[in-house]
Amino acid sequence: MDVNTPVPDPGKWVNNYADFLFGYAISRLNNEEQAKDLVQETFLAALERLGTFENRSTERTWLVSILKNKIVDAYRKKAGSPAFSEIKAIEEQQDFFDEDTGHWKSEHQPLSWGADGNALLTNKEFNSILQKCMQKLPPMWMSVFSMKHLDDTPTETICTELKLSAANFWVIIHRAKLNLRACLQKHWL
Amino acid sequence: MSRLKNIQNNCKHATFLIEKKHTDGLTFRETVELRIHLTGCSMCRLFNKQSRQINEMVKQLFRRSAETRLDDAYKQRLQNLIDDELNKN
Repeated sequence: MDVNTPVPDPGKWVNNYADFLFGYAISRLNNEEQAKDLVQETFLAALERLGTFENRSTERTWLVSILKNKIVDAYRKKAGSPAFSEIKAIEEQQDFFDEDTGHWKSEHQPLSWGADGNALLTNKEFNSILQKCMQKLPPMWMSVFSMKHLDDTPTETICTELKLSAANFWVIIHRAKLNLRACLQKHWL
Repeated sequence: MSRLKNIQNNCKHATFLIEKKHTDGLTFRETVELRIHLTGCSMCRLFNKQSRQINEMVKQLFRRSAETRLDDAYKQRLQNLIDDELNKN
């Protein structure tokens, strides 16, 4: 092998990548213990397949791709049976709108948050309410959201990786946002 | 005409289109449908705005948590674990 080709150098992994991988995992799982475990599992899995490392990618990209797969597995486990979450999501969808008129039910109508967006972005209380409200959502939503908005993953890929139907994907997106917004309104105003 | 009437009154469908717009974008027809609805519905206009703000805030939360660092004790344990594995070979 060429002396200049970068080879995996496991002795330096912790120093070089542990924080980055941990941040990556915790921002997608919202669970410190689980994120720690996955970083460890990633290093161990990488050690086992040192031979499969190809110099086309950097060491970091390679480690991230291993971690990503582990995160997707974790999402799947958290979400339980996709069929079940689909049914539940559809059932819960009924209550925001009047079945006959299609309009917002009066008790669910959106109300102004009384501050402009930028002020809210930096408002500590609002952010802590947001975090609490996010925890009430089905875990599948966090995965869908982070894959879509943080990783720019195409919808089709998300559906394949999380074993979701397209219909189910959109129900989760729609339903979760209705709930999240309602939760913010309830606790903020 | 009945389809037009339908979208004018259907906030459930309109909020779905809003989410689709912020996720993958809309087809031409959906764009027209949503525009018609929003013209006549201030509640969904507000929903539209708040939905976008929520996306921004959630993204920020995620980014901030990505800056969390591992504690040194845990890193040391990881390092030991890796060293042990390497020494096996």
